[in-house]
Amino acid sequence: MSIELILSFVKVLIVFMMILQLVPLLIWMERKGAAYIQDRRGPNRAALFGIFRLGGIIHSLSDAVKLMVKADFNGAYVYKPLFIIAPMIALFVATSTAAVIPFAEPLVLGKITFNLQVADLNAGLIYVFAMSSLSVYTLLLSGWASNSKYSLLGMARAAAQLISYEIAMGLSVVTLFLVAGSFRLNDIVADQGAMLFHWNAFRLPLSFIIFFTALFAEANRLPFDLPEGEAELTAGYHTEYSSMRFALFFLGEYAHMIVGSLIVTMLFFGGWHIPFVSSEFLRANTMQVIHFLWLAGIGGTFTLGAALLLWWKKRRHFWGDKRDLEHLIFAILFGALGAALALAYALFSDAVFPVWAQNLFIFLLQMKVVLIKTLFFVSVFIWVRWTLPRFRYDQLMNLGWKVMIPLGLLNVLLTGIWLLVK
Amino acid sequence: MFETIIFFVLAGMAITSALLVISRVNPLISALWLAVCLASVAGLFATLGATFLAVLQLLVYAGAIAVLFIFVVMLIDLGPQALKMRLMSFRNVFATMATLYFGLLIFINVARFSHGDLPSNQINVTPKILGQLLLTKYAVPFELASLLLTVAVVGAVVLAKKKL
Repeated sequence: MSIELILSFVKVLIVFMMILQLVPLLIWMERKGAAYIQDRRGPNRAALFGIFRLGGIIHSLSDAVKLMVKADFNGAYVYKPLFIIAPMIALFVATSTAAVIPFAEPLVLGKITFNLQVADLNAGLIYVFAMSSLSVYTLLLSGWASNSKYSLLGMARAAAQLISYEIAMGLSVVTLFLVAGSFRLNDIVADQGAMLFHWNAFRLPLSFIIFFTALFAEANRLPFDLPEGEAELTAGYHTEYSSMRFALFFLGEYAHMIVGSLIVTMLFFGGWHIPFVSSEFLRANTMQVIHFLWLAGIGGTFTLGAALLLWWKKRRHFWGDKRDLEHLIFAILFGALGAALALAYALFSDAVFPVWAQNLFIFLLQMKVVLIKTLFFVSVFIWVRWTLPRFRYDQLMNLGWKVMIPLGLLNVLLTGIWLLVK
Repeated sequence: MFETIIFFVLAGMAITSALLVISRVNPLISALWLAVCLASVAGLFATLGATFLAVLQLLVYAGAIAVLFIFVVMLIDLGPQALKMRLMSFRNVFATMATLYFGLLIFINVARFSHGDLPSNQINVTPKILGQLLLTKYAVPFELASLLLTVAVVGAVVLAKKKL
């Protein structure tokens, strides 16, 4: 067992768990987003110990428990081997796509260089496409093995849709290769730099629009969710699934959204770069940045604690049971956190941190930036889902073949001319 | 050591799935095993250090061509009559001979090359080098291959459409 092997196992675990752990949060975001768009309150009932509701996040937890203990039912006419494999492929494809995504710049700790990217492939972006092209198998196998008409129809729609939109997606990133001169995601991110208007979304807006639209179709999200259009097909290709196998499809869909958003962040929105703050600036002024964020953290936690305290004071008899205490407990917790940070600042504000700690700080900061951008795009996914109505099938195909693909070709041509003239 | 284990696992997968492709009764299952076979060959490319080739193999063969096969097979309605077990018959002596011949060829080649060191992980075919070769030295064969594909597409359309 060499150190590299262990490190790569650790990386695989970190990336995989990070994506899986984001899924319950996303389901909560989806439910709350849907509720607020439709002028409802959304999930807010389930509570831990009768006190903590966390704005409805606990519902995701009870959902997971429910899905795991539910009866795992096989239809009488299903073809079992493929029926079982299909949901596994869904999750495998969605998570393994994340293998080439660089979450931050390499972290240097003494002699070890830790790069939170499972595989730094030369053909990084092509790998993403190869993996996402395998996701058709999920739909094909589940649709065929279920031996149900709804599933088969959903499968036929899904496969045609995925194959059509893959072409538009592939064409839209050709311009990125032209501009960056490489398939490697690291190169594409580094090429964009920290200037906001140098990011690919601003340099190549047409590519971004085509890519993002095709991503919706690839992830089977509304307005392109015809494979599972519940009004016509019950649930499309996963009609016959129940319990944890259904949950795997669910996890796969959300993981697909997360990975898709990560890729959009990398390709079009500068990856780990903070707008107008270059990595060199960060490395040169790490201590100042730490102090700034430290003070901001103190201020933020105190403000949050005070706001929660006011909230609790206003509505302290609203429920008439233990749930009323939630805001008070969190107000105290945030206040304590702010106090601890302030105390630490008072004690250690003069100390200069060692180099490895500064490097670790920058690494974590960049990871945070990537995650914030990713969550923004995920919320765009959710926002669009509850805003736009579903396409009709012929409209979908027309959009894919007659609009997006010619636009993609035109885009490649225009970018080529622009690069020649420049 | 680790790579050798991975190589043998992938090679075994490739051979087993290739055998299953030709021995399964249901053409759909055959097509699925074909996809597995192509994917494990992609894995073999990756262990040899040709990641770009591996990824392309996955994208083009496992992701597009095998999917097309499966899609077409699924849309053909296969009755129970079509799903009879196909047995190898002794009339196909020629096929047996050919199999033996290729088996021998593989055996001899394996025996010959087993001593030499394969330059694994040293061939670093970057997309850049590949692209330069395709557009300079091998430009004509490259274009001819695309012409061949166009001919195939046109032929398919002509065959499929009764009235043009």
